Amino acid sequence: MELTSSEEHGLMIVAVQEQRIDAAVALAFKDRMRDVTEGGSATVLLDLNHVQFIDSSGLGAIVAAMKNLGKERRLVLAGLTPTVEKVFRLTRMDSVFGVFPTVDAALAELRA
Amino acid sequence: MVNRGTLPPFTVVLKGVEDAVRDGLARAMDGLAALALTTDEASNVELVLAEALNNVVEHALAGSRGQTQIEIRLRHDAAGLHITIVDFGQPMPAGKAPRGRAPNVEVDLGDMPEGGFGWFMIQTLAESVGYARTENANHLTLTLAVGR
Repeated sequence: MELTSSEEHGLMIVAVQEQRIDAAVALAFKDRMRDVTEGGSATVLLDLNHVQFIDSSGLGAIVAAMKNLGKERRLVLAGLTPTVEKVFRLTRMDSVFGVFPTVDAALAELRA
Repeated sequence: MVNRGTLPPFTVVLKGVEDAVRDGLARAMDGLAALALTTDEASNVELVLAEALNNVVEHALAGSRGQTQIEIRLRHDAAGLHITIVDFGQPMPAGKAPRGRAPNVEVDLGDMPEGGFGWFMIQTLAESVGYARTENANHLTLTLAVGR
């Protein structure tokens, strides 16, 4: 589960370098997110542009990552591809996270 | 009605372990190429199949240590795509497929559910879901109104 991260404009951008967040890698995603986000900026932007597919396990892992950040921090999402967007929409989890079409759109709104 | 593609029935067999699901799912999706599904239809099929297979591995075949197989039988007709998933594991509780509930997202972030969405996804995306138990096998039938 490859995640790359950078701190930019006062937030942490974590990019998922995998095409799938599914049952096979959900636990690895949770673990890597915990490691990568530890001690970072309050707002974490998860860049999902490379992710073509998530199942309910993948969605659960993203929710877990959000909860793991704790009350003082937030997780926002950018670059949801069609199947990923569908899963968030059907479960109404798109109302739970801030969702931006692109990383640039997220930065325009959120930059410190 | 335009018949976008015809598909001879086929079966994908995979080992009943989590590690085998991705490959089995990919083989099933490859086998459906002749149907020329739209990307939206194909993603619905892939989601339903992924959730159903994950459920079989997690529940029906838990503890079997991969000593058994899962069969994905696929056929298509005017009503759409009919998928039957056969496994030789534990029977489904209550003898039928769960209806699944939409996740309750009207809660504090710290209480947000992390699981239990699988059957809701299956029931939402499939036209019909059926379950039957033969002497030693589970048969989960899923129909999606695609490729019509």
